[in-house]
Amino acid sequence: MVELSGNLLYASFILYLIGTFFFGGAIRDKKGALEKKQNKWAVIAIGLTILGFVAQLGYFITRWVASGHAPVSNLFEFTTFFGMMLVAAFILIYFIYKTPALGLFALPIALLIIAYASMFPREISPLIPALQSDWLHIHVTTAATGQAVLSISFVAAILYLVKSVDQTRRSKKTAWLEVIMFAMVATIGFVIITSTFSAIDYKANFKWVNKYDEEAVFEYHLPALIGPHEGELMTEGKMEPFVKMPAIIDANKANTVVWSLFSGLILYVLIRLLFRKRVAAIFKPLVKNVNLDLVDEISYRSILIGFPIFTLGALIFAMIWAQIAWTRFWGWDPKEVWALITWLFYAAFLHLRLSKGWQGEKSAWLAVVGFAIIMFNLIVVNLILAGLHSYA
Amino acid sequence: MKEVVNCVCGHVNPHGTILCESCGRVLDETQKDSKMIDMRYEGSARRSQTYNKSIIDKIWNFFSSVKVGVSLIVILLIASSVGTIFPQEQYIPPTELPEVFYEKEYGFSGKLYYLLGFHNLYSSWWYLICIAMLGTSLLIASIDRVVPLYRSLKKQKVSRHDGFLKKQRIFGITKTDQQDIEFAELKKILESRRYKIKEENGNLLAEKGRFARWGPYVNHAGLIIVLIAGMLRFLPGMYVDEVLWLREGETKGIPGTDGRYALKNNQFKVEIYDKKNKEDQTFNAAIDKVGTIVKNYQADVTLYEKEGNTLPGEEAKFKKVKDHSIKVNNPLKHDHYALYQVDFKLDELSEMSFNLMNKNTKETFGMITISLDDPKTMYKLKDGYSVELLSYFPDFEFDENQEPVTKSPIPNNPAFIFNMKTPDKPEGEVSFVAIQQTLEPLGENTYKMAFAGVDTRNVTALTVRKDLTLWIFFLGGAIFMIGVIQGAYWNHRRIWIQRKDGEIWLAGHTNKNWHGLKRDISMTLEGTNIDEPEDQLEPKNLGELEK
Repeated sequence: MVELSGNLLYASFILYLIGTFFFGGAIRDKKGALEKKQNKWAVIAIGLTILGFVAQLGYFITRWVASGHAPVSNLFEFTTFFGMMLVAAFILIYFIYKTPALGLFALPIALLIIAYASMFPREISPLIPALQSDWLHIHVTTAATGQAVLSISFVAAILYLVKSVDQTRRSKKTAWLEVIMFAMVATIGFVIITSTFSAIDYKANFKWVNKYDEEAVFEYHLPALIGPHEGELMTEGKMEPFVKMPAIIDANKANTVVWSLFSGLILYVLIRLLFRKRVAAIFKPLVKNVNLDLVDEISYRSILIGFPIFTLGALIFAMIWAQIAWTRFWGWDPKEVWALITWLFYAAFLHLRLSKGWQGEKSAWLAVVGFAIIMFNLIVVNLILAGLHSYA
Repeated sequence: MKEVVNCVCGHVNPHGTILCESCGRVLDETQKDSKMIDMRYEGSARRSQTYNKSIIDKIWNFFSSVKVGVSLIVILLIASSVGTIFPQEQYIPPTELPEVFYEKEYGFSGKLYYLLGFHNLYSSWWYLICIAMLGTSLLIASIDRVVPLYRSLKKQKVSRHDGFLKKQRIFGITKTDQQDIEFAELKKILESRRYKIKEENGNLLAEKGRFARWGPYVNHAGLIIVLIAGMLRFLPGMYVDEVLWLREGETKGIPGTDGRYALKNNQFKVEIYDKKNKEDQTFNAAIDKVGTIVKNYQADVTLYEKEGNTLPGEEAKFKKVKDHSIKVNNPLKHDHYALYQVDFKLDELSEMSFNLMNKNTKETFGMITISLDDPKTMYKLKDGYSVELLSYFPDFEFDENQEPVTKSPIPNNPAFIFNMKTPDKPEGEVSFVAIQQTLEPLGENTYKMAFAGVDTRNVTALTVRKDLTLWIFFLGGAIFMIGVIQGAYWNHRRIWIQRKDGEIWLAGHTNKNWHGLKRDISMTLEGTNIDEPEDQLEPKNLGELEK
C-alpha cells in the first residue's frame, strides 16, 4: 500500500509535468488564446491535469489507509497536500475562466512545491498524542486548501507581471520580477542538490561546541561549505568547511540555505547566458495573448474564494482544536501568529481593492507578497522559528 | 435645520449625497465631468465625507477612513511578526529568568529584544492600543457606510437618469423597432436566471444578490464581538487558568473551583509506539529513525464534588462525580471546567527504605520505610532499637554556609538526619543520609542506615481551565464567517434596461466579479436581437485579437 501510494504520487508528478507542456502548446496556438474557445491542446492539458490530480488523490487516500490517519502530519505530507490543493484550485478556476496561460504557471509552481516537499523525510510516522484528533484532518486540510486557493492569486499575479512589466529597459520592476524568478530557480537548485547528495548517501559528521559550551554532533547531508562552531570533521574523506559559524547559528541549516542559493545562482546565470534575456523576459512572448483585466480579476477572485476558507481552516478550526489540545484557543505560537499575519495581509488587500488605484499591477505585487507570507509560514516558521507546530 | 439636496427628479437627498438615491443623477459637481460614475457606496451621503468641523467630526472621519484601517492592519501585521523572531516569555523554559535567557540564547539581539519588551509583545500597552484602535475603526467605518448604503439601496428607483446609465462600466444601446417583444423576452430570461425584476414606466431593473452588500458589515460585527469577548476575559470569574500537579494515589482540591471539586489521580501512564505491536508496524521506519515516539499520555482520574455547604474548619464531605481518562485532546469536562493533560513526571520517589545496620558485623536490626510526603518522626524497631528522624530535606542541597537546606517540597533529592537509638548507644548516633552520601557530623558511628530500596510513582500536571467567554468568541467567529462568505461568494448584480424612442438601453453594475456579470448578460442576450453592451474599461488593444 505504501509503495502504491508513492508510485501514484510519482505518476501525478509526471502527469503535471506533461500537462505543463500541453498548456504551453495551448497558448501558442492562437485559437486557444481567447476564452470560451478551447483548442485541442488546452483540452488535453486540462485532461492531464485532472488525471494527475486523481493520481495524487490516490496517493493521498492510499497513504491515509496505510497510516490510519490523514497524511497531513509532517512537512512532507502537508506540503504535498498543499501542492495537490493548488492543482485543485487551479482546475476550479480554469473551469470558471478557461485560461490555459494560467496552467502554464500554476502547474510548474505545484511541481516545485511537490518536489520541495519530497526533500523532507517521507516515512509514514505515527501521530504524537497532540495530533491524535479528528481536528487534524479538519483543520489542516481546510487551512491548506485556503492557502492553495490564495496562492492561485499569486500564479495569476505572475502571469500579470510577466506580461505587464516592460522588459525593454531595466527598472525596479524587472529587478523584483527577477527576484521572484530566482526564488523559483533556487528551489530547483535545492531539489537538485539535495536529491543528488541523498542519492549518493552523503553523510559527514561534525563534532562541535554549541551555545551552552557543550559538545554536540551534527550530521551533514550536503558537503559542508559552512561548518559549525569549532566544528571538527569526524567522517573521513569528506569536505572541510570554508568558514565556521558562531555557536548561536544552526550551521547545518545555514549550509543548506547557502547550497540552495549557490546552486540557484549557477542555474540562474546559466539560463541568463543561454537566453541572453531576463528570465521573466523569456516567458513574456508566451503570455502576449493574455487579457490583463481578466488575469487581474482571477487574482482578485481567488483571494475572495480563498479568504473565507483560510479563515475557517487556519483560524477558526485551528482555534477550536487549540482549545481542545492545548487548553487555550490562542497562544501566540509563531505558526498561529503567522496565520494571523497572513489573514491580516489579505484583509488589507481586500480593503485596498476598495480604494482606487490598487488594481492591476499594484494588486499583482500585493498577491506576490501574500504568497511570500504563506511560504514563510510553511518553510521558515516550521524549520527556523521553533514552536508548537514544529512537526517536521 | 437639516441640510438637504434636492434632485431634479424631485427626490430629497440627505446633505452630502453624490448620486441621487432615486434616479441616480450626479449631484456632486466635481463628478459631473467624469467618464464613469464612482459607484462605491452608491454615491450615498456618508457622514465622514460630509462633515469636518467639530472635533467629533475629525475623530469620526479619522476612524472611518479605509486608509487608516489598512494602516492599522499593516502596523499590527508588522508588530505581530516582530513577536515571532524570538520566543515569547511564556515559551521560554520555566526555570529560566528572562533577563538572562534572551541574552544567553540569542546574544546582543536577544538582549535588545528583551529590553524593548518584545518578549511580551502581544500584551504590551502599544499593541493593545493598536488593537483597540482597529476595533474602533471597524465600528465607526461600518456605521459610516452601512446606514447610508442601506438607505440608497432601499430607495433606488427603476427608472434611472440617462447620465447614470451612460456612465456605468457596462453600457450599450440597441436600435430596435420591436421594443415590447424584446422587453418581454429579456424579462423572462432574467427571471429564469433568478434575477428579481422591478418594472416602472416600461423600464426594468433586474437585481440579484443584494444581500452580499451586507457581508462586510456582518463580518465586521462578528469581529467586534470577538474583541468584546477578549475584553470580558478581564472580568473576575470569567476566566480560570491554574495548574494542578497530582501524584498517583493522591487526592487534591482543584484550584480555581473554590474548594468545590477535588480530583484523585488513580494512575498516570505514558505509552510509546512499539515495533512489537502489530498495529504499530507501519511506522517501523519512522521509529528506527527517530527512536522513541510517544503514543499516549493518560491520567486516570476520579472527580469528586463537595456535598452541601461547610463552615470554615469543618471537614467537607465529597461524593464521587465520575471517572475519566484525561488524555491530550481529551480533557475532563464538568460544569464549565476543563482539565487538560499538559505535563508529567515519571518515577518520582515516594518511599525510601533503610536497614539499621552495624557497620562492622553487617548485622541488621530491622527495616524502616519512610513516606516522602508524610514522614514520621519516630520509627520503632524490635528489641529496643528505634530510629528518630531529626530532619528531612525533600530536595536537598548545601547552602552557602554548607548547611543542608531544601530547594523545594518535592522529593527530587531527599536527605535525612537520623538519630539511631540502640541498646548499646541509648543516646543515639546521628547520621546524615542523602542519595549515595553518608555523613557522620558528630563523630564516628557504630551503626548506619543502609539503603534498602525505593518506591516510585508518576505525577501528572493538569491545566484547570474555565472560560465563560468561549461562546462569545465562537458567536463572533460564526458571525464573521457568515459575513465573509456572504460578501465573498455572492455578488450584487444589477442590470437596468430602459426604453428610449426606438432604442433599448442596457447598463450593468456589479460590486465585484465583472466577468460573472458579463457572462450573465451575454447569456441573457443570446438569441435575442439586443447587442451585447460594451465594457467601457476594456482596453482597446483587445480588438486586435478578434480579427
